[in-house]
Amino acid sequence: MADKLISKIPDGPLAEKWTKRKSELRLVNPNNRRKLEIIVVGTGLGGASAAASLGELGYNVKIFCISDSPRRAHSIAAQGGINAAKNYQNDNDSVYRLFYDTIKGGDYRSREANVYRLAEVSGPIIDQCVAQGVPFAREYGGYLDNRSFGGVQVSRTFYARGQTGQQLLLGAYAALNRQVAAGTVTSYPRYEMLDLVVIDGQAKGIIARNLVTGKLERFGAHAVVIATGGYGNAYFLSTYAMYSNGSAAMQCYRRGAYFGNPCFAQIHPTCIPVHGEQQSKLTLMSESLRNDGRIWVPKKTEDVMKLRKREIKASQIPEEDRDYYLERRYPAFGNLVPRDVASRAAKERCDAGFGVNENGLAVFLDFSDAIKRLGRQRVQERYGNLFDMYFKITDVSPWEEPMMIYPAIHYTMGGIWVDYDLQTTIPGLYAIGEANFSDHGGNRLGASALMQGLADGYFILPVTLPDYLSNKFFEPKADTNAPEFEQTEKEVQARIDRLFAVNGKVSVDTLHKKLGNIMWEYVGMTRNEAGLKEGIKRIRELRDYFWENVCVPGTQYTFNQELEKALRLVDFFDIGELMAIDALHRKESCGGHFREESQTPDGETKRDDKNFMYVAAWEYKGEGKEPVLHKEPLDYQFIKVATRNYKD
Amino acid sequence: MDFNLKIWRQKNAKDKGHFETYRVTGIEEDASFLEVLDILNEQLIREGCDPVAVERGCKSSGPVSFDHDCREGICGACSLFIDGRAHGPDEGVTVCQLFMRHFKDGATITVEPFRSRAFPIIKDLVVDRTAFDKILQAGGFISVRTGSAQDANNILIPHEQAEESMDAAACVGCGACVATCKNGSAMLFVAARVSSLALLPQGRPEAARRARNMVAKMDELGFGNCTNTRACELECPKGITVAHIARLNREFLKAKFSE
Ligand SMILES: Cc1cc2nc3c(=O)[nH]c(=O)nc-3n(C[C@H](O)[C@H](O)[C@H](O)COP(=O)(O)OP(=O)(O)OC[C@H]3O[C@@H](n4cnc5c(N)ncnc54)[C@H](O)[C@@H]3O)c2cc1C
Ligand code: SF4
Ligand code: FES
Repeated sequence: MADKLISKIPDGPLAEKWTKRKSELRLVNPNNRRKLEIIVVGTGLGGASAAASLGELGYNVKIFCISDSPRRAHSIAAQGGINAAKNYQNDNDSVYRLFYDTIKGGDYRSREANVYRLAEVSGPIIDQCVAQGVPFAREYGGYLDNRSFGGVQVSRTFYARGQTGQQLLLGAYAALNRQVAAGTVTSYPRYEMLDLVVIDGQAKGIIARNLVTGKLERFGAHAVVIATGGYGNAYFLSTYAMYSNGSAAMQCYRRGAYFGNPCFAQIHPTCIPVHGEQQSKLTLMSESLRNDGRIWVPKKTEDVMKLRKREIKASQIPEEDRDYYLERRYPAFGNLVPRDVASRAAKERCDAGFGVNENGLAVFLDFSDAIKRLGRQRVQERYGNLFDMYFKITDVSPWEEPMMIYPAIHYTMGGIWVDYDLQTTIPGLYAIGEANFSDHGGNRLGASALMQGLADGYFILPVTLPDYLSNKFFEPKADTNAPEFEQTEKEVQARIDRLFAVNGKVSVDTLHKKLGNIMWEYVGMTRNEAGLKEGIKRIRELRDYFWENVCVPGTQYTFNQELEKALRLVDFFDIGELMAIDALHRKESCGGHFREESQTPDGETKRDDKNFMYVAAWEYKGEGKEPVLHKEPLDYQFIKVATRNYKD
Repeated sequence: MDFNLKIWRQKNAKDKGHFETYRVTGIEEDASFLEVLDILNEQLIREGCDPVAVERGCKSSGPVSFDHDCREGICGACSLFIDGRAHGPDEGVTVCQLFMRHFKDGATITVEPFRSRAFPIIKDLVVDRTAFDKILQAGGFISVRTGSAQDANNILIPHEQAEESMDAAACVGCGACVATCKNGSAMLFVAARVSSLALLPQGRPEAARRARNMVAKMDELGFGNCTNTRACELECPKGITVAHIARLNREFLKAKFSE
């Protein structure tokens, strides 16, 4: 079945591939577009921009989201910014350089052609957003301002204070609203997709639960687009929003879509540390802070002990007793090394006993130099809202004492496998945004997720999807009375009934936390063979325990948040297991995936290009059966594959 | 810390609703208000989690439903009226960013949904705010098609103007202004959007029409009139000021005169 993995990458020179592909893709005549129905699941940057753009073209779009309004999708929380190769700073940036940085940042585990295209459309994204009224930061002369993010040596990140995701999403949501008003898009808030309907091997619709009435409803279409975001909440504590989940991706996987590189998850170095048992989520402190903040721990163990007992404050430790370990280990990039590198370096210091909070799991992020150098006003303008947020949560002011930070789960590079056209292995099923696996390889660079979501939604999918639809306009949209809809709905209903039937005594959250602990311990920042095997065993045991002990109160036919969470947790077990299986098979280290068995003498990742230079695409084989691995080789024709080096 | 939580319970839109009081103990000062509701729900599940819960015959009302998502103060989902104030006693935060250190140990805390004619209750503390989406669909956008934009730096916007637009664009669409207003007016919410776009050159061409259409929609959806009580501004978690309402009024008048 490996023949399903056809990446459809056009041949020819790198810079001409996308142009070439566009010229080959078939079109749909405007009169026929309105006969074609498209389902978009998810209203984040990917889903909202895709639905709006497809609506503008005249297609009939239905868009679904869990929250009460499309505007609340998880994308809203992105803080730092969005990359684009505009070279407005004249620092010798270019499409090629953005492409190169992204491939290198991903540790040579993404497709050249996809990443090049992403860099190519990055400029028009900024143009589009400005035209929509996104209030990006401006210089005094009125031109757009930029900042730097980790893993690069140019300033190409556009931002709107610490609320870039919010502003970009409000832009896409506004475009979506315009189409709702125009009648091309219908919005279904508080609807959760619970399964994909496949007829004759093609995606033809979904089963969704109306979260207010609790009823299952059937929706038919000519094509289905999954834009449901990442699955990092498998770890329970993460920087994701509470409703973020991997269920739609798992539903597609179980219906035949291959899942790409599930083990590639990103751990973000700058999050507010865990503070106790009652915590529900972790808060990110934007990476942009590393532009001006310096990361350190004390050099002396006595100072560490005194800090933990609160006998001294960080600001009392003299300069010569501080270990700015990133600047020490990586002089060329300093505090701006990529996320995976910064996270592991923090863990290394904390494991060595230099963690600075009570439980020894925190390092300092210090702004005192920046405040001296730039003045309070400039620092306030750049990071004011992040400082406020930190203060609100911790009751400590970053103006006086350094922030305490620790790594946390933040993003998943893995996702539904897609070809160059963003189509999955099920014809008619597309995946965009964080939900697909496409562009970030083993590690995503900061400010590149927003870029990718909008690239997929505004500029790529609206061009590639019509190719599939071009011969579908004479077919009526799928009949929701077809036996396949009937059967799929029955299966969903059976899953819900089974949950209520357990009648156990343990809450969904309790079990989710347990899963999170297993994931963090065995499939976390560093991984090894024995641990991964143990992790898989424990996940399976916990799943069995869940099916005997979970308590889902209430009934199906009400607004029932416990039922929603239980349904999502069922899928998190499967994702967690798949992540561990993938991590176990990938015996090399690369990007965010660190196998202890594969490291250099100074503790850096050691790739194994000979054996692992491929995308791992997993095929579902049935409940309780081992998934089957397919390999899409990565063939680098245009850049020289090198060891990732941020030291010099 | 220990608290008594007096919480509004309502099964569905049709139910009359009532208060129930629960005790929670051993809460950390650093816990957020929503985390306390999580803890309470754990407790309610444990207690009521006998084979048949609530609607299936059990006496307890089951876990409390409430809207939330990001828990970072940015998505605008969380929406609780605490001790008579939208988003509770702390200034400038949504309720997910409200921490227990702002309450007295042992206090009784009253928790209600955001009540307003235009926001019908769905269950317990969850209300239906789709009216906000509808207002924005009436004009809260700039009519630009994907792919038709000029180079971003061709539109120059002075720093201060971009910042002012950003101030207004910070609205999270929570509805605290509506829940606080004695008339149930959505004027602050509408003004934030109108103002943010009107401050930008890209937004000027449609500014007057936008204001007129959005205000008309607001009236149609059952929101009340603005009588300048300014209560909204005090409870807005994102510091949206009534200065934006003044700008909205100017745009609105322009639209009237041009009719
Ligand atoms: C705190 C934080 C800060 C970040 N900052 C940055 C940054 O500065 N720059 C950057 O580039 N990236 C950043 N990221 C990453 C980036 O925000 C995300 O990767 C990106 O927004 C994902 O967008 P999306 O459209 O793919 O999905 P999401 O925004 O996650 O949207 C998912 C949508 O799917 C819906 N959904 C999910 N499941 C279902 C279902 N079964 N049925 C119906 N609907 C469903 C949800 O309701 C939601 O509408 C950040 C991430 C976090 C957590
Ligand atoms: S104006 Fe303020 S209170 Fe009203 S919806 Fe916006 S953020 Fe909430
Ligand atoms: S939960 Fe998102 S603003 Fe409170």
